[in-house]
Amino acid sequence: MATLDSKIPEGHLFEKWSNYKAHQKLVNPANKRKLDVIVVGSGLAGASAAASLGELGFNVKCFCYQDSPRRAHSIAAQGGINAAKNYQNDGDSVYRLFYDTIKGGDYRAREANVYRLAEVSNNIIDQCVAQGVPFARDYGGLLANRSFGGAQVSRTFYAKGQTGQQLLLGAYSALSRQIGKGTVKMYTRTEMMDIVVVDGKCRGIVTRNLITGEIDAHFGHAVILATGGYGNVFFLSTNAMGSNGSAAWKAYKKGAYFANPCYVQIHPTCIPVHGEFQSKLTLMSESLRNDGRIWAPKKAEDAQAIREGKKKASDIPEEDRDFYLERRYPAFGNLVPRDVASRAAKERCDHGFGVENGGAVFLDFKYAIERLGKDVVEARYGNLFQMYEKITNDNPYETPMKIYPAIHYTMGGIWVDYELQTTIPGLFAAGEANFSDHGANRLGASALMQGLADGYFVIPYTVQNYLADELHTPRMDTNSGEFAKVKADVQAHIDELMNIKGTESVDSIHKRLGHIMWEHVGMGRTKEGLQEGIKQIQELRAEFWKNVRIPGSANELNVELEKANRVADFLELGELIARDALHRDESCGGHFREEYQTEEGEALRQDDKFAYVGAWEYKGKDVEPELHKEELKFEFVELKQRNYK
Amino acid sequence: MEVQNLNLTLKVWRQKGPKEQGHFETYSLQNISPNSSFLEMMDVLNEQLINEGKEPVAFDHDCREGICGMCSMYINGEAHGPDDHVTTCQLHMRKFKDGDTITVEPWRSAGFPVIKDLIVDRSAFDKIMQAGGFVSVNTGGVPDGNAIPIPKPNADEAMDAASCIGCGACVATCKNGSAMLFVSAKVSQLALLPQGKVEAARRAKAMVAKMDELGFGNCTNTGACEAECPKGVSITNIARLNREFLCAKFAD
Repeated sequence: MATLDSKIPEGHLFEKWSNYKAHQKLVNPANKRKLDVIVVGSGLAGASAAASLGELGFNVKCFCYQDSPRRAHSIAAQGGINAAKNYQNDGDSVYRLFYDTIKGGDYRAREANVYRLAEVSNNIIDQCVAQGVPFARDYGGLLANRSFGGAQVSRTFYAKGQTGQQLLLGAYSALSRQIGKGTVKMYTRTEMMDIVVVDGKCRGIVTRNLITGEIDAHFGHAVILATGGYGNVFFLSTNAMGSNGSAAWKAYKKGAYFANPCYVQIHPTCIPVHGEFQSKLTLMSESLRNDGRIWAPKKAEDAQAIREGKKKASDIPEEDRDFYLERRYPAFGNLVPRDVASRAAKERCDHGFGVENGGAVFLDFKYAIERLGKDVVEARYGNLFQMYEKITNDNPYETPMKIYPAIHYTMGGIWVDYELQTTIPGLFAAGEANFSDHGANRLGASALMQGLADGYFVIPYTVQNYLADELHTPRMDTNSGEFAKVKADVQAHIDELMNIKGTESVDSIHKRLGHIMWEHVGMGRTKEGLQEGIKQIQELRAEFWKNVRIPGSANELNVELEKANRVADFLELGELIARDALHRDESCGGHFREEYQTEEGEALRQDDKFAYVGAWEYKGKDVEPELHKEELKFEFVELKQRNYK
Repeated sequence: MEVQNLNLTLKVWRQKGPKEQGHFETYSLQNISPNSSFLEMMDVLNEQLINEGKEPVAFDHDCREGICGMCSMYINGEAHGPDDHVTTCQLHMRKFKDGDTITVEPWRSAGFPVIKDLIVDRSAFDKIMQAGGFVSVNTGGVPDGNAIPIPKPNADEAMDAASCIGCGACVATCKNGSAMLFVSAKVSQLALLPQGKVEAARRAKAMVAKMDELGFGNCTNTGACEAECPKGVSITNIARLNREFLCAKFAD
């Protein structure tokens, strides 16, 4: 059993990262090229880490399952990236970004990590500008900002509604430069199937070539997983279709602890579900809450009339509209954090005030258009409005958007220490794949910040500190020993899947898993519901291994096999999410247990019992995992009930 | 709101591998919701094929919200199908009528060989980027983000060029199989910004040379690429690329 040593450096919060950097071990330039680093994933965290390590002179291999590193799902982030520049002179500072992030995360994140994140946030903006990222600017030529949820300052930098795309293309261009120079070797359409652990240290990975089906092994002195989140365990989410939890899950089964899996973010403003063939949900950026006002009909009969098509939103007079966020949270209004906004929408819909099929509320731009004019609204959100109209056939300039919460981001992930190293030495996790910075709820525009902070400014330091002691480790033969064994295991796993030859498609089983997760492990969780969920997941998992049907062969491009590999892992991961949610007898951030709420329906934490990171250790197939606790010490922030009123 | 579901005939390109002969297969599909996306309709087809014990149609897709650039279908003779300014994943079935026959093919271009069914190899785009689609700065040691003010119109124009998603619709549409719109979008974005201006000449030459080497055709200004681009990237970028390229050549 590994011990949970978070390795937080000594000193005052403000000095920890400087102290770390001042005393860490380095590798001299001539030795760097003798050291191999594997980066799995090419999103913001992966591409920026691979590029930065390549620039330093390490010998890097980077892997992605898509046809190009530029496709990673970071590209879909719309609204923006936070930084504590205080360009607006509105009272922002590194400390305030740190504080907002800790509070937004409902006091379930590690102070030292979050402070470092806030500290390097400013470097990210400088770096991206230098790369040619076309951030929005004001008429004076300086960078523009907007507001996001959970903050009272404007600290969000953006590039239209395509900030993730532009930041990813910046990191992709830096990565492309290194690929051109030969410091990074890129493997596209390649999926990581497992990690290889030799004498207690991670030494490489086994991959499957998605075109030929070939199983390969790769050696690395260190391995970095930057493989994103596991939101697709719910089937319907805002994640890309290929986004999966398999890399993290394989690492877990090889000894990396999995932290806080129950912290799943449900984003309040997504386009509602239209029917049973729906394959994914589309987000409408949180930035829309800067100018859009959220409401539901005040009278249940109006909601019903809208549902039945007898009334339209515009038929509801002003006094019969319930701007419930402004009513409940006057200080933050429409810009409360995501978990608060999502629960408030659910509360309205559960009480019969929802529109559409009962599962939607309005996000209205009428007031912004009256106040600012259509041109200004169009300049700010034009591409989002176009996207909405293409999907729904409704024009949001004329009629309010209909929105509902959807699974969006996973705060939980692989447990890492301050160096972003997992409980397996030599295995690191960056970006959404780790659990580290967002506590129980992530603030808007902080995912891009964390991905790039990890990749550009943390991993290049901390991985180097590890590699300094690996100079004398020779490159290993990937055709023998543990590498050959893991390859054989992977082949056996694939053969087992191919040989089931059942009758139900992978998607069909995945959808059923999604229903169980949404119903029992979704926005409002209860002890009984979670227990029932665990039982149903176990039954479904058994059914999958008896009855899944994968046409074609394993030695070619086989999309169904790719999906089956991922869903097999989701069927196990889903249970761990439920287990973690069941053990956490409190509500915090994205984890809401119906039994633990204030009289006003707000999340009720139990700090005396649960102010810790829950890190799960794999104990074997069908054996209950073991929980380890990393106590969270709050030295600089006082724990309070979150208040956005 | 009562909407009528669609019954459709699909003619889909099937090709086992890069070196195999491809052919069209005809399928009929019933009861498709007009609110489904085109790819959700393809999901229904694949579910049907799997249930019949057949191999599903392989196609590229990922984000399904029009930004990753992975989806790539040539539908009824148009890249990304009949709607304007959308990718295949954003195309919705309400653009079709009950009883329609829909033809679905992969991108067809010398630069994008077919891998399987509707999946093509677009790695040539990555190689062009690796040749010069970047600003040569390492991580760290850069000036403050506000150190160099950039006129808003330039920043906005750079953003418009940068909105390219690298899907390859421009190449698939161009009768010459030219990648000029893709290359010019990146060259323009970076040439418009002071950070990218420094090595604009070198970049234009390197990216164009790589594009030529990889077998993409020349631009003859038909404008078809702009018309089919899901992000509306303008061919004025090609004019800017030509300018940058000529200036670079004259300077040699």
